[in-house]
Amino acid sequence: MSKLTEIRWHGRGGQGAKTASLLLADAAFNTGQYVQGFPEYGPERMGAPITAYNRISDTKIRVHSNIYEPDFVVVVDETLLASIDVTAGLKKSGAIIINTPKTPDEVRKYLNGYEGSICTIDAVSISEKTLGKNFPNTPMLGAVVKVSGIMDPEQFLEDMKASFAHKFATKPQVIEGNVAALKMAMQEVKGI
Amino acid sequence: MTIRDRLSGNEAVAIAMKQINPDVMPAFPITPSTEIPQYFSQYVANGEVDTVFIPVESEHSAMSACIGSEGAGARTFTATSSCGLALMHEMLYVASSSRLPITLACVNRALTGPININNDHSDSMGSRDAGWIQIYSENNQEAYDNFIQAVKIAEHKDIMLPAMVCQDGFITSHAVENIELIEDAKVKAFVGEYEPEDFLLNPNSPIAIGPYDTASFYIEHKRQQAEAMIKVKEIALEVAAEFEKISGRKYGLFETYELEDADTALVIINSTAGTAKDAIDKLRAEGKKVGLLKIRLFRPFPREEIAEALKHIKAIAVMDKCEGFSAAGGPLFAEVRSALYDLNEKPMTVNYIYGLGGRDVRTTDIESVYSDLDTIVESGKAGDTYRYLGVRE
Repeated sequence: MSKLTEIRWHGRGGQGAKTASLLLADAAFNTGQYVQGFPEYGPERMGAPITAYNRISDTKIRVHSNIYEPDFVVVVDETLLASIDVTAGLKKSGAIIINTPKTPDEVRKYLNGYEGSICTIDAVSISEKTLGKNFPNTPMLGAVVKVSGIMDPEQFLEDMKASFAHKFATKPQVIEGNVAALKMAMQEVKGI
Repeated sequence: MTIRDRLSGNEAVAIAMKQINPDVMPAFPITPSTEIPQYFSQYVANGEVDTVFIPVESEHSAMSACIGSEGAGARTFTATSSCGLALMHEMLYVASSSRLPITLACVNRALTGPININNDHSDSMGSRDAGWIQIYSENNQEAYDNFIQAVKIAEHKDIMLPAMVCQDGFITSHAVENIELIEDAKVKAFVGEYEPEDFLLNPNSPIAIGPYDTASFYIEHKRQQAEAMIKVKEIALEVAAEFEKISGRKYGLFETYELEDADTALVIINSTAGTAKDAIDKLRAEGKKVGLLKIRLFRPFPREEIAEALKHIKAIAVMDKCEGFSAAGGPLFAEVRSALYDLNEKPMTVNYIYGLGGRDVRTTDIESVYSDLDTIVESGKAGDTYRYLGVRE
């Protein structure tokens, strides 16, 4: 039996939820797994709600449809909680990970009685501390890896260091901040 | 050694193009194929290829520039989607009738009316009679593999026809998935140099390209063009056999999945075939004899081989991601049913129009079609053959 993990990302156009899903696909690929990372495209515009998806599996992935019953949901922008049914189809055995300074108990009321794990992470503050700017993607990625257990956290950090070194070859000063953001997110995510 | 990587379908095609390093690439951007010329122009800027990249002002001009350069004797690629392919339409015929083996990456997208950027097959189906070889791809791997093979098929001296390699817009073009790439040198050696027998920039053997053709010869020239298309099946299989040697991956005129002992089957193009394979595994586990025929070569249409592969099936659903407005079913349905007509015992065959304008297709949608086919087999009646999948009333 193959082990398949399905993840749905909710964000707003311009925040990089799509990029985050591609980074996660990259990280999982580096650990030898089969991956899919894909966005759902609508009339793209800054600030509009967007959805992106990941499938991560130990066997070849053939299905090409969106994900309706995810194992994990990631909410990059907490203002979406009021307008989008983010827990739709989310498995009870899974978890939702929300970018917010609030605690899991404080956001529970927005989640339509979702019975699975609720995790929160203040990705904005982590990003501002480590990167000096609001780039919530990197901390969200760290939180997802920690909560989902789709790969070994230590191996993930090593892979990401190499990946950042390649990606930011012309801006080495940001590598350290990104690694720090991942580490801090993995330590600070609440509700596991 | 194959190279394990993860790429979107667009990136995979751009890399195939880079490995081949064509002489000329004229292109105009259109969603969702834009990334292909975007990546490729970076390769040009970085000096990774020595291709002349021609940014043109429209797709009509893109295809016109392709015709000019390929006619001059230069290997030429382009990429487009949707309305872009529609705008090329006039020139597609000039390319094929002038026997110019241009290779085009078509990233399938709905045609406008209403405006929609998402996937269906109405663009390439609109070009199906333009004299181009059409090869369809389930995923990024097939888009990459098919593009490399298409160049060799198109340029074969007995073919000399343009080819378009299609994949589903966004669904595969923008999805990052695992892929196995072939080393640059192997791809280059496989495709070889483009050496046309006749070309414009050959002072030793001057020719004219595209002159007026009178009624005394036009039909003979069309027959020659058709004979080249008839020959494509044979060459495509030769090229596939050679490709297997460098890649380990096997390609035929089409792919079958669990078809041999199946009672019911779907005929499908592109990415939904993968979704159908998952549905088939689930139904097979429940003891249902279900199978799939996935189209690879649509032009030419391998009618004898498809009829042979489907002749034992009791009920078939032909899936069209294109409304042909014949009021009788989509273009794939017309082809498949026509192919089955020569059989003594004909399977019952129905058509589903599905997935238009990017409507998502789930494994449960595919399962519902197999369930409908069970009903047809049980009742012995096909019922209405022109159906829609998942449309709201």
